[in-house]
Amino acid sequence: MSGLSWLPVALLAVPLLGALLLLAPPPALRRTLRLYGLAVSGVVLVLAAIMVATFEYGQAARMQFTLDLPWIPGLGVRFHLGVDGISLPLVALTALLTFLCFVYLGVGDGRGQGQLLRPRAGGSRPRALVFTLLVLEVGMIGTFLALDLLLFFVFFEIVLIPMYFLIAVWGGKARRAAAVKFILYTLLGSVVMLLGLLFIWAQAGTLDMVELAARHGAGMSRAVQVIAFLAVGIGLAVKTPMWPLHTWLPDAHTEAPTVGSVLLAGVLLKMGTYGFARIAIPVLPEGAAALAPWLGALAVVGIIYGSLACLAQRDLKRMIAYSSVGHMGFVLLGFATLTTVGINGALFANVAHGLITGLLFFLAGAIKERYSTADMPSITGLLATLPHLGSVLTFAAIASLGLPGLAGFWGEMLALLGAFDPAEALSRPLFLTFMVIGGLGAVLTAAYFLVMLSRVTHGLPGSKAVPVPPGTVLAASGPGDEATGPEASLAIGPSDETADARLEKTGERIGLLSHMPDIRRYEMAAWVPLIVLILLFGLWPGLLLSLTTPAVEALLGVVS
Amino acid sequence: MSTTSSPFPLLIVALPFLAAFAGLLLSRWPRTRRPQPGAAEAKGQEAGHQHRGGNRRAAWIAVLPTAVSAALALWLAAAQGFAFFAERAVDPVGADYGEIVTGTVPITLTLQADALSGVLGVLVTLVALAVQVYSVGYLHDDRRYPSYSAFISLFTSAMLLVVYSGDLLVLYVGWEVMGLCSYLLIGHWWEDRSNSRAAVKAFLVTRLGDVGFLFGIFVLGISADSFRIADVLAKVPEMSTATLVTATMLLLAGVAGKSAQVPLHTWLPDAMAGPTPISALIHAATMVAAGIFIVARLFPAFLGARPTLDVLAVMAALGMLGAALAALAQDDLKRVLAYSTISQLSYMAGGLAAGSDHAAIFHLLTHGAFKALLFLCAGAVIHHVGSNLMSQMGGLRRELPVTFAATTIGFAALMGLPPASGFFSKDSLLLAMDGAVSGAALTDAAALLLYASALATVVVTGAYSARAWLRTFFGPGRTIALPEPQPGTAHVVDTREAPPTMLIPIVLLAVPALLLGFAGGLHLDVGVATISVVLALLGSGVVYAFWRGDPVADPARILGPFRVPCERAFYVDSVYAALFVRPILALSRLVVSTDDRVVDGAVRGSGRTARGLSGVLRLAQNGNVQLYVSGVLAGVLLIVVGAVMFA
Repeated sequence: MSGLSWLPVALLAVPLLGALLLLAPPPALRRTLRLYGLAVSGVVLVLAAIMVATFEYGQAARMQFTLDLPWIPGLGVRFHLGVDGISLPLVALTALLTFLCFVYLGVGDGRGQGQLLRPRAGGSRPRALVFTLLVLEVGMIGTFLALDLLLFFVFFEIVLIPMYFLIAVWGGKARRAAAVKFILYTLLGSVVMLLGLLFIWAQAGTLDMVELAARHGAGMSRAVQVIAFLAVGIGLAVKTPMWPLHTWLPDAHTEAPTVGSVLLAGVLLKMGTYGFARIAIPVLPEGAAALAPWLGALAVVGIIYGSLACLAQRDLKRMIAYSSVGHMGFVLLGFATLTTVGINGALFANVAHGLITGLLFFLAGAIKERYSTADMPSITGLLATLPHLGSVLTFAAIASLGLPGLAGFWGEMLALLGAFDPAEALSRPLFLTFMVIGGLGAVLTAAYFLVMLSRVTHGLPGSKAVPVPPGTVLAASGPGDEATGPEASLAIGPSDETADARLEKTGERIGLLSHMPDIRRYEMAAWVPLIVLILLFGLWPGLLLSLTTPAVEALLGVVS
Repeated sequence: MSTTSSPFPLLIVALPFLAAFAGLLLSRWPRTRRPQPGAAEAKGQEAGHQHRGGNRRAAWIAVLPTAVSAALALWLAAAQGFAFFAERAVDPVGADYGEIVTGTVPITLTLQADALSGVLGVLVTLVALAVQVYSVGYLHDDRRYPSYSAFISLFTSAMLLVVYSGDLLVLYVGWEVMGLCSYLLIGHWWEDRSNSRAAVKAFLVTRLGDVGFLFGIFVLGISADSFRIADVLAKVPEMSTATLVTATMLLLAGVAGKSAQVPLHTWLPDAMAGPTPISALIHAATMVAAGIFIVARLFPAFLGARPTLDVLAVMAALGMLGAALAALAQDDLKRVLAYSTISQLSYMAGGLAAGSDHAAIFHLLTHGAFKALLFLCAGAVIHHVGSNLMSQMGGLRRELPVTFAATTIGFAALMGLPPASGFFSKDSLLLAMDGAVSGAALTDAAALLLYASALATVVVTGAYSARAWLRTFFGPGRTIALPEPQPGTAHVVDTREAPPTMLIPIVLLAVPALLLGFAGGLHLDVGVATISVVLALLGSGVVYAFWRGDPVADPARILGPFRVPCERAFYVDSVYAALFVRPILALSRLVVSTDDRVVDGAVRGSGRTARGLSGVLRLAQNGNVQLYVSGVLAGVLLIVVGAVMFA
């Protein structure tokens, strides 16, 4: 399988070269900028598609497209890349979501320029945005391709910098604080993880993830494994995020721009959970067995806690962010069972969450852009005002609450099934308790999504919401400036107004409402692929499960 | 048993499924632009024209596939000779469509029709077809008719998946999608907040039960090492009683949720906020019957778990009488029928508990026919009057003669009067419960409670049926011109009777409601039959006497001081709100504030601590090389000690 070993390199080189090319400053580039990002990420997507097409599905457990070159010979660090059934879906997901982000930014809506070049407060800096996103893509794809512990860590860290800038430069009102919290929190986690990785290296004498996984922990004592799992696990848990290490997430999501939120939820969180499947569990099986009950307990606490937090949220983006805490709880519960089915479920839920929450953040961004607020009580009657947007929001919420037949269900169901029958080393009554709590969490998940839908999409269109006519106010204020949103407009006291004047105002509002654009072309282009994939994986879960099952069995050392 | 290969079950399920997608995507294709407000007057009519054209196309997309499915389902059941009624087993007909690996027990994609699913498929497709045709008239100028009919198609497909699935997890998929369609359709008039709340309630209450249901599937599937229903049933004799009791109890949670049984019944009366055809299709004839169906499907497992049957009997006994009493006190015609549905479903559950799955399914079929008929008639009445409340109806028998005749058949079947279908099925149920008193399937107390409650319910059923019938069609007319109807009620039309698209389904459904009883081949027990008819007539006679005394006043006054508790359905809703809803909401507010103050507060606090610590560390950075070197040495020492200890 050496014939296509250039493929993983190309997946990294294309966005990297694309980003570097932007550093050369020809001002003429600005005109073609929105096509540029689209083209580069499109090439990456095509490469990922070639990878998906030429992957040998009969051999999903084996690393394919491998490339193994010495990188830092003195330390024994190697530039080792490859793909198996676990990482292939994630690589494809990353390429797809990045491309869709560029579609969202770059495709115009009939009036010429796309989102990317639209003026906003503080300057839109389109070139820097494209650069940042391309560097981000390098880091994300690299994390899923890396087969060397230090290489993995390098890519894992590369991601943080562009994401920091994405939040800090293009974010909302409180972006600075959120960005600083994000970077400090995740860096701290990474340091702990690095210690763990170095500890593994020191004990096992190799950084090769394939070899380490094949040893199934041989050569490391139980105590070593426990400590290493704890260190690596904390680092990954921050990224995932696991309760109680999640508090960076709501702030980062609320303040990040739409594409930032989409990539954060869709890909970055997956890097944490991918680390559990690729490093923590296969390399340190005894450590995993020792700490799995704790992992499971924190996971189910996260499920309930996240759902309850969602139930009382007012801000749509914040609610979706907290819903990630709950969903990632299911993923971690799946890992904690240490069974093939549980880890399968976790990986499935991972991909499904990327698609669904990505879509949800796109929608939240679109709503915030139109209403200039994401405050749920001030958005009502979305289905009446913007029927198509309301319908897609309904679809995404229903997918996210885990309706069978859509992608969100299978992962959570399999995680619970894994908890019903956990690995032999684990206490069955404990995991049965986890399963029951997780099941109740699924009900709460349905509750907050339905309450959200009921608040936002149902009812008569807003007596409160003051929509922004497209192009005018929006361009000046930018999506972040909430101060000019409904609160300010509502500040006109009702006392000095006659009923007629108020009636007239309402009429104006309704007039404005009917001017609000429903789903635009570029939004449609960015969302339809996600909708199709959510349906596809929901109706035919075997597509993904047949890919991950052999790989997971190999990692767990199950003789198949 | 070997499976005869046939693509029919797949076709029957897939046709409405594809129709749902086509209806959603193609009805408005090419997309019509919404008129700009300035030109609203000029374009309004044009747009109205366009959406009516879209509605017509959507109606064809909805009706045709359902009709083909119904024909195929009929053909399938006829080819098996309607074996269910003859109580003989037949080889299942269907096909395997592969397997999905999960890492443990695989999911098999099997669709098959046996005696039980064959007849149920016919019921589902025929009622769905009747409702689709009826809705064309009922919602003819509703802007959202295309999505409405598409959701009905999706529901039909999901219910058929439940009926024909040969695998428990595939069945669960259909089971949940039905719940989703129910949610979407109850909330069809979402402009009204109360409809939206009712939809959310229906989804959440049933989902609570469904979690138990899923866990029950896990227990059965893992112990049988297969999710295939046939394999599970084959392994039942080898399973321990504890396993069976656990599994069936968990399944029972899902059954209680879906079939609106005590204690998860509270969503069904609220679900009447949806359009009346939806109440007929989903909340009376098919979806709510799915719980009964699943118990019958896995009946051997339930027979092996006696404690579960006892619980089921008690649930049924409480549910049938309580719901019937609540029905007696309601003023909303649809809520009367909703409580009546709960009560009748409890009858079926009681029949299952008494050990007769055949009687239960028989009643399910007849009930599906006559309750769908009653709802469609109620829809015609509401369409005419413009209100759901019986206090605003009366004397309608002259204005709506066809509806009156059909309703009469429906109520006769509900009360169990011969020769309507309900008489025969109720008789076989009562016979089964009678047998359970002397039999060994149930503990004596549960069996006695069940039988006594069933007999008492016959009286109350007679009473509330007579009350609804009299107050709607007799007495002085109370119809007055009403203001513009609220969203959530049907539009008032001027025609005297309902349009033909509404009347034809009513007339066609009246036939099975009247005659389906004879399909079971007349096994009458004269003693039980006489008792039940006498009791039903007793109940209705008392109501009639009160009504004659004062035709305008509500005969529900016979309940005396119990009237208000009955009307509020014994305050179950308030109790649940106080016990579950409000604590959870309070808890969620607590979580949000905790998250901000404690969890994130700790993070921010550690940030401050770090800054403080850095001040301390700054003291160490004084440029003294000696101090640095000793620090490095101390660090190396620590690492060496650590390495030695762990190595």
